[in-house]
Amino acid sequence: MRDRLNRLLLNVVAALVAAAFAGALTSFILLIRGDSPSFVLSQMWHYGTQRSTELSIVDGATVYYLSAVAVAIGFRMNLFNIGVDGQYRLAACLAGAFAGSVALPTGVRQAATILVAMLAGAAWAGIVALLKLLRGVSEVISTIMLNFIATSLIAYLMRASVFGHQHGTDTTTQPIPTSGQVGGLDLIPNSGGKVYGLIILAVAVGIAFHVIVNYTRFGFDLRAAGRSASVAQTSGVNVKKMTALTLLMSGAVAGLVGMPILLGSSHSFSAATFQSGLGFTGIAIALLGRNNPVGIAFAALLWSFLDNSATILDLNNIPKEIIQITQGIVVLSVVVAYELVRRIALVRQQRIVGRALTRTTPVAEGAPA
Amino acid sequence: MTIVGDNAATTVGGLGPAGAASRGRRFDLRAAVFFAVVGLALLSLTRVITGANDITSGGTVGATITLAVPIALAGLGGLWSERSGVVNIGLEGMMILGTFFGADFAYFSHSPWMGVLGGVVGGMIGGLLHAVATVTFGVDQIVSGVAIIILSTGAARYLAGVFFTGQQGGGPTQSPHVPSFAQLKVPGADKFFGKIEGHHWFVVSDVAGLLRGITTSLTPFTILMLLLFPATWFVLWRTAFGLRLRSCGENPDEAESLGVSVYTMKYIAVTVSGALAGLAGAFLVDFAGIYREGQTGGRGFIGLAAMIFGNWRPGGLAAGAALFGYTDGLQLRQGSTSVHALLLLVAMLLVLLAAYLTWRRRVIPAAAALLGAALVFVWYSVTNDIPVEFVPATPYIITLLVLAFAAQRLRMPAADGLPWRKGQGS
Repeated sequence: MRDRLNRLLLNVVAALVAAAFAGALTSFILLIRGDSPSFVLSQMWHYGTQRSTELSIVDGATVYYLSAVAVAIGFRMNLFNIGVDGQYRLAACLAGAFAGSVALPTGVRQAATILVAMLAGAAWAGIVALLKLLRGVSEVISTIMLNFIATSLIAYLMRASVFGHQHGTDTTTQPIPTSGQVGGLDLIPNSGGKVYGLIILAVAVGIAFHVIVNYTRFGFDLRAAGRSASVAQTSGVNVKKMTALTLLMSGAVAGLVGMPILLGSSHSFSAATFQSGLGFTGIAIALLGRNNPVGIAFAALLWSFLDNSATILDLNNIPKEIIQITQGIVVLSVVVAYELVRRIALVRQQRIVGRALTRTTPVAEGAPA
Repeated sequence: MTIVGDNAATTVGGLGPAGAASRGRRFDLRAAVFFAVVGLALLSLTRVITGANDITSGGTVGATITLAVPIALAGLGGLWSERSGVVNIGLEGMMILGTFFGADFAYFSHSPWMGVLGGVVGGMIGGLLHAVATVTFGVDQIVSGVAIIILSTGAARYLAGVFFTGQQGGGPTQSPHVPSFAQLKVPGADKFFGKIEGHHWFVVSDVAGLLRGITTSLTPFTILMLLLFPATWFVLWRTAFGLRLRSCGENPDEAESLGVSVYTMKYIAVTVSGALAGLAGAFLVDFAGIYREGQTGGRGFIGLAAMIFGNWRPGGLAAGAALFGYTDGLQLRQGSTSVHALLLLVAMLLVLLAAYLTWRRRVIPAAAALLGAALVFVWYSVTNDIPVEFVPATPYIITLLVLAFAAQRLRMPAADGLPWRKGQGS
């Protein structure tokens, strides 16, 4: 217990050091151009804590959270799902077309839409699983390729003869009527708006992720296979089956990423609204949150805070893109810090084990006599 | 289909102890010429039958060269890095840095040559960062690559905002017009070859198209970049340095025990990798005459795909880049008609493959190839064009197919992607 607490503390310190490093480097870059870091920080804090900004921070974090959980599911088994980007966009496209055109009773319609999205995401990730299990193709490469293929497929699907629907200058899927949408929740009073109702879905996904990974046999097998595939196989885990299931689950959650936006604000799919890049952000956030459902929630909120509060900087004539540099540095320094912590913990553990062994040695020697 | 003659399986990449597993294949000139001639004849036949004249026109050839070079350079960057055992999916990010620095240097110095230098500098920064994270700190290579992509995207945006805002036509998303290299046109070649091309003769016109494309689209930059291929091959496969570098990608423990400084080798390889990716970015800027946000458009990833397609070898990589550049170039030239015509070519190639397999008494694969040919031919006959949206996906689909069906023939460096720490070999 004490060991666990120590390790947690070490990780938190590592994250803080990395954040401080990123902050220092960002300040340095700001100073080069003659901008004051403290001014930037105070502006961002002031703007970021306004009610209306908080609203968009929570909305943004909801989407990021789902994306990061999708990535984290794979990470837990040492699988890199870089394809969340393609999976989420294809899923949103198909779910959007479904929700816009299939008339079902309210409630059933939303549930069916979400189900379609999960199935579409899982199916696209299923190709990755097939390639990996049948032909030994690395999921890193196949997911990258499938992201681009998804872009082409979506462009085709958005043709007027398939799902496309001219909406001003934008091509979208058939708009979803009010009865098929998911309303907002009034979580932040006086913000002049409501947060995505599907934030509940994100929370549920987080809880389910936590419970499945930590308290079920499936989760145990998953983590075991992630640590060492050969050991897991020897102890009776069907690693191939686990690989397939993990990828399918990751894809299904990736399918959910676009749902808060689709059902909560855009009400139709268009390539302009559902841009690529969210999958990469998900990877970054999963890394920041150490693949832990609670950690990811904090990381998603931080990322979204940086995104949203930075918009004020442009008004002060400071390029808001500085924040993307900060985000990049945070990710890079955090992974370096975690790696260092892992090494420190390893050395300490070896020392403890070594000490314990030397203490017992004389007893063992004396026993036969 | 890998372009490999049966007599070509000579060891080149032999690395002492690891040699047995790392047998490379010698680039066979006769085989290459043979395949080039057959390929050209088939392309010509396809053109004559379908009337899709753009599949071998000078314009297409020119576009292919221009589009293939950045892909090839990015792939070459991947090759250097992965040969030393470091997977580099941050190529895209290094390429983005190359576009910004290339444009920045070229614009403020009024010289395209400085743009080339800028590309190298920008890419090297990204490469060094990747080396620090993966070699010194042992961070997962994919993770570091993703982080570098995020960081470079932001950095390029910020820097463009700082440097290009206020310049004529410039801003955070694009640069002002930057000086670029003039094309080296052979006098009279355009007209001369164009005339022959216009007759649409079998093979002759296609050769003329090829020559017209080459004689009208090269710039000093292009030629310099093309020379990097033999240079890379020579350095990595014909020098002691190259052998040491590759040994780090095959078996770093043994390399270390033989006195190779694995960290230094990996640092050099990853930095060169970044520089090459940066050059790819600078090339894009030079061609467009302007920096634009999102200019790289995933070409770093296509480069990676070309490298895998080419089995981690420079010759194969060049072939992959040429193929991907060609499909890219065709889109600009009557895309859907041209690509539709290529279906016929694919069908013919599959028939030839079936004949070859039958000759080798491999009846079942031969039957499969023949079936494939029939299916593609039916597809060709019942449609008039291919959905143009799918054309950009061609490189990715080809790569997946190659990975799925030729995986046994592919061999990446044995220790590729594995983190390695000094003094921990077992």
